Amino acid sequence: MIRALFERWRQKRRTVAYPAKPPSIPERYRGAPEIAPAACVAGCDACRAACPVDAISLADGSIRIDLGKCLFCGDCAAACPQGTIRFTRDHRVAARRRADLAAGPGERRLAEALDAKMKRLFGRSLKLRQVSAGGCNACEADVNVLNTVVFDLGRFGIQFVASPRHADGLLITGPVTENMALALRKTYDALPEPRIVIAIGACAISGGPYAGHVEVRNGADAVVPVDLYVPGCPPHPVAILDGLLRLLGRLEPGR
Amino acid sequence: MSILAFRHLEKIPSDQIPAVSIDAFRRDVLGAIAEGCRLVAFYGMPRANAAVRLVAVLAHDRSGELRAVAADPGESYPALAPDCPQAAGFEREIAEQWGVQPRGHPWLKPLRFHRSYRPSRDAWGRTGPESPPPSVLDFFRVEGEGIHEVAVGPVHAGIIEPGHFRFQCHGEQVLHLEISLGYQHRGVERALVGGPHPRTIHHVETLAGDTTIGHALAYAQAVESLAGCRVPARAQALRAVALELERLANHTGDLGALAGDVGYLPTSSFCGRLRGDFLNMTALLCGSRFGRGFVRPGGVAFDVDAALLADLRGRLEATFRDVGGAVNLLWDTPSVMARFENTGAVSPETAAALGLVGPAARASGREIDVRRDFPSGIYRFAQLPVSAVAGGDVFARAYVRWLEIQRSVEFIRGQTASLPGGAVRAPCGPPAPDATVVSLQEGWRGEIAHVATTGADGRFARYKVVDPSFRNWPGLALALRNQEISDFPLCNKSFNLSYCGHDL
Repeated sequence: MIRALFERWRQKRRTVAYPAKPPSIPERYRGAPEIAPAACVAGCDACRAACPVDAISLADGSIRIDLGKCLFCGDCAAACPQGTIRFTRDHRVAARRRADLAAGPGERRLAEALDAKMKRLFGRSLKLRQVSAGGCNACEADVNVLNTVVFDLGRFGIQFVASPRHADGLLITGPVTENMALALRKTYDALPEPRIVIAIGACAISGGPYAGHVEVRNGADAVVPVDLYVPGCPPHPVAILDGLLRLLGRLEPGR
Repeated sequence: MSILAFRHLEKIPSDQIPAVSIDAFRRDVLGAIAEGCRLVAFYGMPRANAAVRLVAVLAHDRSGELRAVAADPGESYPALAPDCPQAAGFEREIAEQWGVQPRGHPWLKPLRFHRSYRPSRDAWGRTGPESPPPSVLDFFRVEGEGIHEVAVGPVHAGIIEPGHFRFQCHGEQVLHLEISLGYQHRGVERALVGGPHPRTIHHVETLAGDTTIGHALAYAQAVESLAGCRVPARAQALRAVALELERLANHTGDLGALAGDVGYLPTSSFCGRLRGDFLNMTALLCGSRFGRGFVRPGGVAFDVDAALLADLRGRLEATFRDVGGAVNLLWDTPSVMARFENTGAVSPETAAALGLVGPAARASGREIDVRRDFPSGIYRFAQLPVSAVAGGDVFARAYVRWLEIQRSVEFIRGQTASLPGGAVRAPCGPPAPDATVVSLQEGWRGEIAHVATTGADGRFARYKVVDPSFRNWPGLALALRNQEISDFPLCNKSFNLSYCGHDL
């Protein structure tokens, strides 16, 4: 017993200062892409050809990246002869609408908070049920990590619960396999209303690397309506937390 | 004896794998098993005229030799499973994918619940275009007074992947556990055919997301062998560092989760944090906590400089000190040891018969480790001792992880202290046509096996993936025999197997 107490003292307090202070993000992290407004070389489609998941479209000489499909692999940035695409260390990628995940030159619309009624219900206490529907366990692991002492999700009133009957919302990972579509729908139906749905990672938004496979449904919104999208493959835990806090209106303006 | 013997990562012309009669095939495979070989892969290979060829790959760990033999069975053949339990899962897979019947198979059920890859050749005679519903089938049942059945899943209580578990119980005692998976089936293996294409590396990196480095490494080695590419020494060292970091993160997380499952919260919460610290070291290398984008055919995509190396080594020492403090509490706490010891024991004989791999096998006294038996890359020059213990119970599976943590840290210290100079990536050309290569890697869960076969166009005609979880799920089922059902979470965590790695 005394050894456990001593070890507790030695291991120190480890909860991050975020969101009061900026998060610590790895130097080489590939977060939100920045697309320079400069026009591309006529006829060049190197970035689009390099993209493994057809996330890039070229129209009127400007590049758009669908962050809902993007694996943040950086192959497009490496292929671009002009350095037009650059992946920044910005972890803020969450959006409320699928269309808001299209990144072009200029500002992106980040996720807004729930409306007043929903915020009153869930703003200080949000219980989530997690369902993995074909996920590779990377998104799942980095959602799970929010429960550790490092992120201490409980301090925001957010908690993962064991039954959909106890939950206010569903957090979905994976492309939604054929074999999980029914279980996912039943889990959603078991949630009391009003309820929210959060899609985490490229798979849950668009199918990710499995998009187009006959074995999957290309994302959660083929089966249930989605209220929050957090792109990434997988998104960094801070990106997921940022999305959750934005949804609940818990971030200071300007963050 | 018509079997072909070859070396790990040796590029062999596919037509050198002898295709023999099914009787000779059975004799060769069972003979090799009797000699101490393990079945590494056993799969169907589509041929012209809608026929399917069976290919078996075996490993002789002591001599570091691989063997392969093939047969054209027609639409059915006498099953190997009754004489060779480790073939059982492979034969279910072959039946499901290609509709080839293993006659006399003791438990021929689908594994992943998808339609046959050969239209109108269904092993269960199912017709119709719709996908078969998962787990909607009879389960093995125990009958008698006081016997009851417990069904769990596919959606579980925690943040974990889906699977269905069916227990036959007498009171608290589990008489039999049947595990029915397939919920995570997303068609990866099939999508690998026709590659390499731009998505291939991403499919490989997500075969089992917590084993990104392990699978990417097995894939990269296979492609490099087929293309005749020589990987620079510096890249080989960095790859091994990343592979050991992946092992450290997962072993640390598992020890914390085991502590959590017996209600010992100090180690549980310390290790939850420390696991992330190892993931952050991988992110230091390549920006991704799971190592996405690090391993690429030809080498690695990111180099390190002196400052990064110093940062990495500093973090490694600090984290390892804390892991030691957290983990050693387990062995000194009687309430933890009382739950770990003699729970979920798997005998060495069972481990061998099922072909278990990785820490689960080594905890049952099986001294096998790809890093020693089939070394590749830097492991040919820098050996790690094999961490095997006797016992086969939850304690043994936990203790093997702690031994491996210490040895991985020692290994990374050595590699980062004397990192070779030079480039980190060499150009890697296209794979050679009509060739086959077997690529093995010791992932943190055990042996990852990739068998790549190219067609005349140099594209993958077949790419077989065997995740260690595929080998070890039956081990968990047998570990539960005659245990209390309340020990299931603990036994499950002591294996910590991948659902998506199994389901592919």
